[in-house]
Amino acid sequence: MANLTLVQAINLALIQEMERDDRIILLGEDIGRNGGVFRVTEGLYKRFGAERVVDTPLAESGIVGTSIGLAMAGLRPVPEIQFEGFLAPAFDQICTHAARMRSRTRGALTVPLTLRVPVGGGIHAPELHSDSPEAFFAHQPGIKVVMPASPYDAKGLLISAIRDPDPVIFFEPKRLYRAFREEVPEDEYTIPLGKARVVTEGDELTIISWGAPVVQCMNAIESSGKSIELIDLRTIDPLDTQTIVNSARKTGRVVIVHEAPKNCGLGAEIASRIMEHCFLYLEAPIQRVTGFDTTMPYYKMELEYLPEAERIGKAIEEVAAY
Amino acid sequence: MPARTVFTASIESVSILDEHGRFDAQLGADLIPDEDVIKLYEAMTVSRQFDQIAFKLQRSGRMGTYPENRGQEAASLGTAYALNNDDWLVPCYRENTGLFWRGLPMEYILLHWMGDERGNQIPAELCITPLAIPIGTQLLHAAGLAWACKYRKEDRLACTFFGDGATSEGDFHEAMNFAANLDLPVIFLCQNNGWAISVPTKIQCSAPTLAQRGLAYGMESIQCDGNDIFAVVKVVKEAARRAREEHRPTFIEAVTYRLGDHTTADDARRYRDEAEVQLWMQRDPLVRLRNYLTERKLWNSTKEEALQTKAKEQVNAAAKRAEEIAATPTSEIFDAMYAEIPDEVRRQRDTMRTSSLGQEQRGIEASPAPSVEETV
Ligand SMILES: Cc1ncc(C[n+]2csc(CCOP(=O)(O)OP(=O)(O)O)c2C)c(N)n1
Ligand SMILES: [Mg+2]
Repeated sequence: MANLTLVQAINLALIQEMERDDRIILLGEDIGRNGGVFRVTEGLYKRFGAERVVDTPLAESGIVGTSIGLAMAGLRPVPEIQFEGFLAPAFDQICTHAARMRSRTRGALTVPLTLRVPVGGGIHAPELHSDSPEAFFAHQPGIKVVMPASPYDAKGLLISAIRDPDPVIFFEPKRLYRAFREEVPEDEYTIPLGKARVVTEGDELTIISWGAPVVQCMNAIESSGKSIELIDLRTIDPLDTQTIVNSARKTGRVVIVHEAPKNCGLGAEIASRIMEHCFLYLEAPIQRVTGFDTTMPYYKMELEYLPEAERIGKAIEEVAAY
Repeated sequence: MPARTVFTASIESVSILDEHGRFDAQLGADLIPDEDVIKLYEAMTVSRQFDQIAFKLQRSGRMGTYPENRGQEAASLGTAYALNNDDWLVPCYRENTGLFWRGLPMEYILLHWMGDERGNQIPAELCITPLAIPIGTQLLHAAGLAWACKYRKEDRLACTFFGDGATSEGDFHEAMNFAANLDLPVIFLCQNNGWAISVPTKIQCSAPTLAQRGLAYGMESIQCDGNDIFAVVKVVKEAARRAREEHRPTFIEAVTYRLGDHTTADDARRYRDEAEVQLWMQRDPLVRLRNYLTERKLWNSTKEEALQTKAKEQVNAAAKRAEEIAATPTSEIFDAMYAEIPDEVRRQRDTMRTSSLGQEQRGIEASPAPSVEETV
């Protein structure tokens, strides 16, 4: 066991997987000699060499497109997009090819790549360094979407993502990169994709979240003094409907919290699934605490935009009192 | 049949005031009047001071991430000087010197990096688009702006700035292709500063020059010493003539060097040799121009001292304006989204302080329940 930050946990997972499987290569902008702009790949260039930790030209479509080729050839590429805002140039390759190759070829060709992407706001970064675009990719069938909220989960989920036979986008919440440490086993372990984590158990109300806001939810729960079940989805697509439904049926009151804008955010999908499966159990309308339907503001106002504990606390009160 | 050569090409590189202070009197003749050379030197000095003060603001937590321009002042400055004031400037983020020359008040750049969108609310008459954070994307806008100038038969062009790294992005290639094939009055001004964060230019381009990339699209392409303001002015003037008279684009590779870190979030010592930095210190565009002026008796230490004081005052005043600007109400992030605010966005704006999101009863008018007759 070691007490690690989320950055260190991911770094460790990469090292262990690369040592175990020489089909894995990392590629991206500044990931080699510089160790990545967040130092997630620190030391890997030295350890595994320039053939396996590759500084690419500055071209996101190129990074993902060539990763698809590498993956179709049987390798296990782990490309990095430097910030989620720069996924846009790669959107074409992700959605028109990575997500479709298996079904298009009826399994003759597959794309087992893991696309690592720092995500989200709260670190005072410039424009397009703070967005939460996970719903775009969840909406695209054929690609899995993962977002850990703790160092322990980050390691286990990343290993699962790398070993998964299908393309996975692995979003890493920047705000949590160094926010806290956690005991992380030295040994390898996996956390299955598609399985949520019940962070705290409770029977008065359910909160469903993922990524950085999970920490805000924990703070809000603590100050509410209520018995609240907090579910960290960990995988956004495929959604763990069972865990969500179990909790919603138990508490009858649900709040969904995400950083992304409200309109067509994943909160809508989750609320809808709860309606499908738990309508008669509900005691209150499901509430969403989300980013607003505006572009992510520049950092002076980012804390107004992000779902902070205070706003989550209000939702808890409203839903509990309904 | 033996293969015949169907295309050969070469790239010229222009230098007028070289790193040793030698001045090409023929190429440089009547290029920039002395009084303007002095003004350009002053502008570089102010920009250098701006970097220093911005750096300090960042380090003391009063500003976010900031990319220094240090070492690259001549490229954007020479370009802005050589163009008309109504030509579009379509920058990346390392062109402060040129933007200030055009007339952009310094606090705009500070506000941008202080995380305030008002830094991008650039007065229309300056013909400057906002700093482009997503690399390479602005090049296409320059092609479109130039297209509009041509369509309206205006005597204007668009000049876009970008780095060596940007030449790897698809948008770069699409913009070059559009501009060449649709005959658009665009200047593509590439600041090849040797690095894209930690990635050296050779990973972006295996050819000996970036300028060759322009040839592949069938446009005039040239390299110049980007730390030589005379060379920059010379090649940009020619490119501007071509844009105005022939509606043809030009690709210019200005060879320069980023003396500082990529941004305040970067530590360049992790990936590049100090010896390389030292080498480029010798080629510093600002020092070069000062030596030139001093040798020609147009400059002296008294003037230098006065200039330094003035530059500091100017930048500090701008920093004060940026820091003391009144906060905007949070409602602005909603109001700024569309010409007319949609109902749902208005509801979010009006309730964000009083509620969590999602209690939709609030603010939605109850409509009368349909009567039984109506529903059957
Ligand atoms: C589309 C996109 N990808 C990645 C980044 C992150 N990034 C910011 S600056 C930069 C390097 C840019 O290098 P270059 O074009 O040479 O310009 P320079 O910074 O050297 O002036 C990178 C990779 C970005 N801003 N936009
Ligand atoms: Mg560069």
